[in-house]
Amino acid sequence: MNARRNVVVTGMGLVTPAGRGLADAWNGVLAGKAAAVVDEELAAAGTPVTICCRVPAYDADAELGRGAKRRLDRFTHLGVLAAREAVQHAGLVDVDDDPERIVATDPDRVGILLGSGIGGAETWADEYPRFLEKGPNRASPMFIPKMLSNTAAGTIAIRTGARGPNMTVNTACAAGASAIHVARDLIRSGVADVVLAGGVEAGITALSISAFAQMGALSRNGDPAAASRPFDVDRDGFVMGEGAGVLVLESEEHARGRGAAPLAVVAGAGASADAFHATAPPEDGGGAVLAIQRAVEDAGIDPTSIAHLNAHGTSTPLNDVAEARALRKVFGDHTDDLVVTSTKGVTGHLLGAAGAVEAIFAIQAMREGLVPPTANLTTQDPDIALDVVAGEPRAVTFEAALSTSMGFGGQNAALVLTRA
Amino acid sequence: MSQDLFATFQTVLVDTFGVPAEDVTPDATFEALGLDSLDVVELTLVLEEETGVKLEDEELEDVRTVQDAIDKITEKQQAAA
Repeated sequence: MNARRNVVVTGMGLVTPAGRGLADAWNGVLAGKAAAVVDEELAAAGTPVTICCRVPAYDADAELGRGAKRRLDRFTHLGVLAAREAVQHAGLVDVDDDPERIVATDPDRVGILLGSGIGGAETWADEYPRFLEKGPNRASPMFIPKMLSNTAAGTIAIRTGARGPNMTVNTACAAGASAIHVARDLIRSGVADVVLAGGVEAGITALSISAFAQMGALSRNGDPAAASRPFDVDRDGFVMGEGAGVLVLESEEHARGRGAAPLAVVAGAGASADAFHATAPPEDGGGAVLAIQRAVEDAGIDPTSIAHLNAHGTSTPLNDVAEARALRKVFGDHTDDLVVTSTKGVTGHLLGAAGAVEAIFAIQAMREGLVPPTANLTTQDPDIALDVVAGEPRAVTFEAALSTSMGFGGQNAALVLTRA
Repeated sequence: MSQDLFATFQTVLVDTFGVPAEDVTPDATFEALGLDSLDVVELTLVLEEETGVKLEDEELEDVRTVQDAIDKITEKQQAAA
């Protein structure tokens, strides 16, 4: 137990609908303005829901090298861009020489752990009609390497030179948090010194939006800006988003040894399954209770020191109530002292990227002493007894934050992040 | 014939693979143009659409440059004529 290595965060990278890059994305969620818009492609395809949250436009070939548009799926683009910012932020690269190649430590001891719910959705959507039209002998040789859900992690390894363990986990909308959990354990156990951990997702296609809509999971609100409204009495589903968040995790010893300043500590992580239903959480919060309890116990801190929660808060009627009940079960009266936000009001739901992006927002809240507001929270659902920040950011100084994630399949993840 | 094929190559390499037009010369190797083995397979599919001739894996073994590929396609076109 005493031999466990302390794991810190030394770099963070974000590509979100609220903004590209850590600073822009953070300012975007602080502003509390929803990023959702009516998407022209979805509208043209006649999907039942046409609103989504896209990341700011980028030129793949210009930013990622010639051929990136043709050879790499969009989810890989977003992952590479977030990883690039994270390794630069952590001081692992010599930017003047190469913006991505790790030179500040032994790259054989650097792992990569990403979460993705869907993988190369756009590649499936583009290639399958072509296959039907042109026939089996014209299937693109690029299809498999583009769509495999581990390609983002593999591509980041090729570009950074990181030759440690390289894995992609899938726990649907908990995947980004699950990746941080597993990455933390790889460092804690001494398998790697540094791991780039995070979540990547670019699953907005006419097919996936239509299918999520048929499930009843998506908001049908006619006003894009008002559609994602976590914890509000009028919430009616989530808004699909896309993006990526990558954190550089590192053993504290290794970080201090190379003079890197820790931004936060990944103090606790917990995982569980509801063992209940394919898409719905049990009403009492079920497995989420276990994941949160396990994360708090793992952190070994007094639960009352946790002052901020970046909630999963999808804006679906079932999720938000179940999450509030789970918190009450774990924290009892201390639940009232948690300053809660769901940044999904601004960003929409980034699925497999959500857990990583929101962990980064929780760390930023701790570093800046500011909790972003939950966009569109005008009348809080009376069944949700939480202190949710609305309207303006709230200034709060605290030592520990919790970030929760729950995925379809009933898979739950929770992270406890503490001040470095 | 071979001038037409060169123009076809240039169009495909520029449009599909983003190669700068001035880099496409008869003796340019696919490697020098930034194409890896998967790209070359994809190139053969696009060229099949353009020329009706498919270069098989074993025929690609000694194809390194644009001119090598043009020669091979010309050879197959003549054999079929």
